[in-house]
Amino acid sequence: MSEKVIEKKEKISLKQYFKNAYKYRYLMQEIIRKNVKLQYRDSFLGMLWTFLQPLFTMIVLVFIFGNIFGKSNTGVVCYPVYLLTGRLLFEFYTQSTKRAMRSIRNSASVLKKVYVPKYIYPLSNVLSNFVTFAISLTVLIVVMGYFLIKNAMAGGTIYPDLHLSWYIIFSVVPILILCVFCLGVGLILSVLNVFFKDIEYIYDVVCTMLFYATPIMYRLETLKIGAGAVGTILKLNPLYSIIEMFRCCVLYCRMWDWNHFYYAIGASVVVLLIGIWAFYKNQDKFILHI
Amino acid sequence: MAGPAVEVKNVSILFNLNKEKVDNIKEYFVKLVTRKLMFTEFWALKDISFTVEKGERLGILGFNGAGKSTLLKTVAGVLKPTKGTVKVQGIIAPLLELGAGFDSNYSGKENIFLYGATMGYSRKYIESKYDEIVEFSELKDFIDVPIKNYSSGMRARLGFAIATAVEPEVLILDEVLSVGDAKFRNKSEAKVKSMIAKGVTVLFVSHNTDQVRRLCDKAIILDKGTIIANGEVNEVCDIYDKLVGNGKK
Repeated sequence: MSEKVIEKKEKISLKQYFKNAYKYRYLMQEIIRKNVKLQYRDSFLGMLWTFLQPLFTMIVLVFIFGNIFGKSNTGVVCYPVYLLTGRLLFEFYTQSTKRAMRSIRNSASVLKKVYVPKYIYPLSNVLSNFVTFAISLTVLIVVMGYFLIKNAMAGGTIYPDLHLSWYIIFSVVPILILCVFCLGVGLILSVLNVFFKDIEYIYDVVCTMLFYATPIMYRLETLKIGAGAVGTILKLNPLYSIIEMFRCCVLYCRMWDWNHFYYAIGASVVVLLIGIWAFYKNQDKFILHI
Repeated sequence: MAGPAVEVKNVSILFNLNKEKVDNIKEYFVKLVTRKLMFTEFWALKDISFTVEKGERLGILGFNGAGKSTLLKTVAGVLKPTKGTVKVQGIIAPLLELGAGFDSNYSGKENIFLYGATMGYSRKYIESKYDEIVEFSELKDFIDVPIKNYSSGMRARLGFAIATAVEPEVLILDEVLSVGDAKFRNKSEAKVKSMIAKGVTVLFVSHNTDQVRRLCDKAIILDKGTIIANGEVNEVCDIYDKLVGNGKK
């Protein structure tokens, strides 16, 4: 049995707060289940698309940037894998933040009628995207496996630096940091989107910009401007640090640069705190705007 | 557990009515700079206080725009009062608008679990109530069809079946007993009566004083955000009928 006290300036104790969050864990499970299930409903190949979509985009991008623009494998170990690691993480970032951004507006009909902790919506949207992201990681396994076998059959001459190492276990760390970062950005965007719908369009443009500003298809070190002021600005992008960490574990077979680690964690936690603060400060006003 | 099921104390709710809806940044800044960001203050509820003991049924009467729905939303926890406090003991099933938590791409079956979770119930618990819900809603043949293909009556039936099957302690009914055909209306009224017999607390909004007299034992009349009558159901309904008869509004 629960007692709900709704009062304006009353401080809800942390214990009560967690009790409430625990009570709504079922809703969270249901929303995650729903988002994952509905994403590919009515398509013939269904869940297979989580696998096929990144694979096909990778093939297109590798064809364009690997062949037409003549990207070499120097420094990136194996270009298709390099590109895929960056793109998978980036796709998770954009999809989850976009979904989280729209989540409050999309749940207007529920929020106007029933009391539900509002943060559940951005949070569950990030998490459901995490599920599809986790499934899409199988593409990485398959593609890496393919190139490892191909390399081994050629006696290691095609990709001399490509091999598997135990460092791959550490790849969980950048993924978790990315989740925190996505949740923070998602919370901020969902608040903004309640008050200004323009954010949806602005953010689309921002994401396109980010896609080119993040070293997904290229290496920052090989950029001509990489050493100058532009390079410094590009390095401020927490996604850069997170993707680099991930590549260290999966592709470069070494420990990450600890500067990347500190920066990624620091930036993600700060963004999350800003997100939580903005959300809690504004959540009572949502109902009047959605 | 001691104390009333619902306690509303000195609740006031203030809405800022924008003259025009400002929902893009450019407009916002233009208005901010030109100081045209004007609000009209509107008190939807003014100093409302009442208590509903466990097992009591409170009818809420009032004309359109009197603040009935605002009051129910405040009790349900959707709106936060600008002033005052609302205390509710037990699980509330808000039947403010049936099927509010449904996803139209989801099938009826999947929506039962989603809706149940929206009210805070586990999948396991809903599974134990599943047959009862399907039977009551009379939607056995359509349960695997996406909700988007349901008629509004079918949606309402499913929503009602779920919200009443989970045995809530406080039931909020906002004119929901007027949905569906006459057969389902009688059935749902019977269901509410059987829940009342089990001791559920009810907040019931209606324009139909006959229905209020049948279901409730206390009533209040809201007018322009204040309570103008409060007491035993027949007395209050008489006052309301008189108000309506006088052709006010």
